Amino acid sequence: MQFDAQPWRGKTKRYDIIKEGVIALVIVAILVLGCSLLFGSPDEKSLTFKGWAASNSENFYATAVQELAGTSGTATYGPPYNKASDGLNIGPLWLQKWAGVTRPIDTVNDFVITPLSTQVLSPPIVAALQTWNSAPDSVKSAWASNYDNAITKAEGKIAAVSAGDYGPVPVLAQSLTEMARSGALDAALLSQGGFFQTDNTKQILFFGDGSYLDDAGTAANLQGGTWGMMNETGRYPGQAWLWLYSFWYQIPPFNNEESKPIGANADAYIMAIMGLLSFGLILMPLIPGIRSLPMRIPIHRQIWRDYYRSEAIPRRK
Amino acid sequence: MSEMWTARVRKAWQKNLPIEKLLPDDQPAYVASWIYVFGVLTLSALAVIIGSGIVLAFEGPAWYHTSSTGKFLNSIHFWSVQLFFVFMVIHLWGKFWMAAWRGRRLMTWITGAVAFVTSIATAFTGYLVQTNFDSQWITFEAKDGFNSVGVGAWFTVTNLGQMLLLHVAFLPLILGVLTIIHVLMVRKRGVVPPIDAPADSDGVKL
Repeated sequence: MQFDAQPWRGKTKRYDIIKEGVIALVIVAILVLGCSLLFGSPDEKSLTFKGWAASNSENFYATAVQELAGTSGTATYGPPYNKASDGLNIGPLWLQKWAGVTRPIDTVNDFVITPLSTQVLSPPIVAALQTWNSAPDSVKSAWASNYDNAITKAEGKIAAVSAGDYGPVPVLAQSLTEMARSGALDAALLSQGGFFQTDNTKQILFFGDGSYLDDAGTAANLQGGTWGMMNETGRYPGQAWLWLYSFWYQIPPFNNEESKPIGANADAYIMAIMGLLSFGLILMPLIPGIRSLPMRIPIHRQIWRDYYRSEAIPRRK
Repeated sequence: MSEMWTARVRKAWQKNLPIEKLLPDDQPAYVASWIYVFGVLTLSALAVIIGSGIVLAFEGPAWYHTSSTGKFLNSIHFWSVQLFFVFMVIHLWGKFWMAAWRGRRLMTWITGAVAFVTSIATAFTGYLVQTNFDSQWITFEAKDGFNSVGVGAWFTVTNLGQMLLLHVAFLPLILGVLTIIHVLMVRKRGVVPPIDAPADSDGVKL
């Protein structure tokens, strides 16, 4: 194979690479302009807490209670947000846990108490906040958990929740729902108490704890179980190049969260598989067997058919 | 007296990549297939991506939501990315079936493959910074994958500022450098000869 590295001494032909490049650029520019004029591009408006509280206030209310009770997706997530769980693992590799809590989130204060405290509140809500803030943690936890369980028992219908010892939790949840409905929660979570803010972590995590974002994703056919990772909103092509990443989520055991250990840790296993496959692609010329495929499957006879014909080079056996 | 560093670099460049190799006006006769077009098409799409991206960067990530000019520029950016990947994947498959890593061209393959992976990362961060519903959804879903292997502790997809800077500064820089190295290596080694080809037209294997 060494001769492949030598300068070519066979027949040559005139070839203007600059002209080729300019023609290619013009063709691509025309194609892109044509597609842009004909089809435009996707841009569905972002969802807001205001929209969530207005369209499904019971779900927002119940999610606010979960944030106080520590039972929401974020509150129970684990690293990098908190230590509520160890996160996922690949066999003995607990990478998520080892990376630690680098983006701490306290759902009680970050999502509910602090945003409420930024508002001008009516006396009953001020009293509810004072009651909450002055109560011991064990009491807070009992109030919120009791109420969270009662809402679950009532299947999310807030009006049907039976009476119980919930402390100020119903008032706080109702106040946050009203704050969200007014649009003030979007602003409070965006500013995080400061002027400049470029990190949306808390907003997006709170948002995903309810059903509003999930329902919108399902409606737009974006769920991971239906190749959603490579889809786009509307009738536009998405990240089709993520097809292989998306593929693993469609097949067992990765598509079954109950299946241990792989299905329950599908995200971690799939990331590892894709990392290995990426390395495989990069180092493919060094992998025995795969690197020989182009010699064994004669697609090259088609690519260089004129050359093989003119030089009368026979097909490999 | 030891030779100047500048002189050494100039001599090494002249030895490895003289201008005749960098800008040749002929090519081996076997360079005659449509598959060869997809490398230069990929480069052309990348040029359109960078051009439209620079205009979008000047106006900020939310401009295209409210401006028809911005929407058009966003469409150009969007479709050039779609075409870029189509061209690049065809180019990659073509080079695989040509076993284009032969003849000391391993690093040409490796820089191309790393550029492909970097392109996926660059496009992914682009989808995260659209500041619309799609980016909300992708952000929420994608965080789990990165968190699950510990990467999310630092590569925070939910941090718009971090993703925006990576998308418009760091990743394009890496991709640009990789692309330049890749093209220079193609020019240095020349286009890979056909499988089973002798090194000259008389059929004599060197």
